[in-house]
Amino acid sequence: MSLILKAAKIAMALLREIFDEAAYERFLLRTHRASSPKAYAAFRQEFEEAKTRRPKCC
Amino acid sequence: MNKTVSILAWVVVGLLGSVAVGVVAVHRGEPINALWLVVAATCCYALGYRFYSKFIAAKILALDSRRATPAERLENGRDFLVTNKWVVFGHHFAAIAGPGPLVGPVLAAQFGYLPGTLWVLAGAVFAGCVQDFVILLFSVRRDGKSLTEMAKEEIGRVGGFVAYTAVIAILVILLGVAALIVVNALKDSPWGTFTIAMTIPIALLMGLYLRRIRPGKVLEVSVLGFFLVLLAIWGGQWASLNPKMAQVFTLRAPTLAILIIVYGFAASALPVWLLLAPRDYLSTFVKLGTIALLGIGIVALHPTLHMPALTRFVDGSGPVFAGKIFPFAFITIACGAISGFHSLISSGTTPKLIARETETRMVGYGAMMAESAVAVMAIIAACVLQPGVYFAINSPAGVVGQTAAAATATISSWGFPVTAADMQALAHAVGEQTLFNRTGGAPAFAVGMAHIFSQSLGGATVMALWYHFAVMFEALFILTILDAGTRVARFMIQDALGHIYKPLGRTSWYPSILATSALVVGAWGFFLWQGVKDPLGGINSLWPLFGIANQLLATVALCVATTIIVKMHRTRYAAVTLVPLAWLVAVTFTASWHKIFDPNPRVGFLAQAQALAAGPATSATARLIFNNRLDAAVTAVLVVMVALVLIESVRQWIGVLRGREEVRVKEAPFVMTRLAEERG
Repeated sequence: MSLILKAAKIAMALLREIFDEAAYERFLLRTHRASSPKAYAAFRQEFEEAKTRRPKCC
Repeated sequence: MNKTVSILAWVVVGLLGSVAVGVVAVHRGEPINALWLVVAATCCYALGYRFYSKFIAAKILALDSRRATPAERLENGRDFLVTNKWVVFGHHFAAIAGPGPLVGPVLAAQFGYLPGTLWVLAGAVFAGCVQDFVILLFSVRRDGKSLTEMAKEEIGRVGGFVAYTAVIAILVILLGVAALIVVNALKDSPWGTFTIAMTIPIALLMGLYLRRIRPGKVLEVSVLGFFLVLLAIWGGQWASLNPKMAQVFTLRAPTLAILIIVYGFAASALPVWLLLAPRDYLSTFVKLGTIALLGIGIVALHPTLHMPALTRFVDGSGPVFAGKIFPFAFITIACGAISGFHSLISSGTTPKLIARETETRMVGYGAMMAESAVAVMAIIAACVLQPGVYFAINSPAGVVGQTAAAATATISSWGFPVTAADMQALAHAVGEQTLFNRTGGAPAFAVGMAHIFSQSLGGATVMALWYHFAVMFEALFILTILDAGTRVARFMIQDALGHIYKPLGRTSWYPSILATSALVVGAWGFFLWQGVKDPLGGINSLWPLFGIANQLLATVALCVATTIIVKMHRTRYAAVTLVPLAWLVAVTFTASWHKIFDPNPRVGFLAQAQALAAGPATSATARLIFNNRLDAAVTAVLVVMVALVLIESVRQWIGVLRGREEVRVKEAPFVMTRLAEERG
């Protein structure tokens, strides 16, 4: 059971990382902000340039 | 006892793998079950990972779990971040798995299922996985440096310049050919066009939801977007049956090409959060789900492969693309076996997330194995089709004839019987007006996938929904690459132009954004237009060009890897990268020679230009001649540049081995990890 829970936890962490939710959470922690449209806009501004520079394979 | 059990288990895996590969390789005549390919692949990957990657990790790379990685030393909560190895694995896989491993194997299935399968298995285990693994580790030991930077440092300025140019060339050709695949999948298909058109407002809606309503809740909005896309697929059926809507969404290839070019420019210049980011999330969500579903479907339903092991087209006369099995099978399938583009991911985001050096084996070698498994699935999806149907879908009208009767007669005369009635019934079943002349691989893959799924999930009644789901999945996937690739190329050009005139390098300066976006979109739009207007379907000339460019980048990556191995005094093991390098040099240089100089007009660019010049002149003749000459020139320039890197690398190796060159491996200094101390 604990193995299933661990696997589910990792799967969730993976999805949160792939979908940038974890990055947003780290941004909020680092900048001491609460989640809001303004904070999300700031996050995207900081994050986007780096993210869109990453190549994705064919 | 445990050791004995382990040895016995691996002996069983080895025997099972040998039997499965043997059946796949020598079975002739009767159709075989897809499960043989699945067993062969699973055993090859298991053995390759357990023994070969472990050998590389221990003998050549000497992975050290005590050495702090850049994720730990340079942790900043943004790029550099210690991350769980499974999370990095998934992240890396999501970045390397694009449409390539789906399209290439489908096209190469014209040779039969055997060449593609053997190349995908051997290529991945001995070349692709090795490349991704070693480049990842070398980047980790150099603070996450990119391939271009490593090439510059280890081989010299020529290496850096060639890697940079090859990346731009690959991006441009890739984007052109990817857009062509979408055009060929959507032309004259109101259902498909409607569904894909609807993904644009869905993505905009997702962007606004994320920005204004529920900031940061990406998973939630992706699930919502996914359901909206399913609704759009269902709505597509309605659109195709409604005469007025069908008229609006039935578009010819040139119209679609223009729309995609305009879309590419807009997506490159619009704010990322509005269109690009939500579409990327949606595409990733659909991609991961569909690949998992396809894997489960193939294992659970284990369909029969109707394509023979080898077809008559190994002689180079294939209708899908011209050229003999060597070298063309090996450049047509890149991403499932070895892809130079992966070296950019292995030296991009991933090395900055790795917590321990020892995890590079699982992430680098392992994720490429997963990508290779996707390619095996694509081979299966293409080969479950009756060969006559496969060739009817994938052959251009210029080869098999303009009418259904002519096409079926030509294909049947090759020994692959198919009738116009069969094709009409299949087109009707998947909700299309016709399936003839849908080159590019995506429609054939979609029909194969729909065929597999419809055997259990909903039966033949929902085959049309599955087909359009598969088309949507591929088109969404490719359009995301189009958005993101255009931006990546734009940034690279802006970086370079910034050295000439500073404001051009500013990514927020609109004149620069518009000018560089237009440059990039114009470049891939040129190749797209060329493909749309090509009487041989475009894929015949563009996919090999892309394959050559991609494999040449892999050649550069393996040159870098071999140079570092030689400098590390591990020359006795250098064959691990040297043998794949030699193979790729043989493949790409031979393919390039054929594409430029082959006297067969269907293979050689110059021969085709000559044949066009000698034939009746039409309004398009001059442009087609120019295109062929340009393709020949692009191929020649890429080959010459890579030859320079190769010469420079060999010069370095000889210098090091003779003691002439000062051996300087540009690794970051060793720092003891705190993570290891914490673990005790």
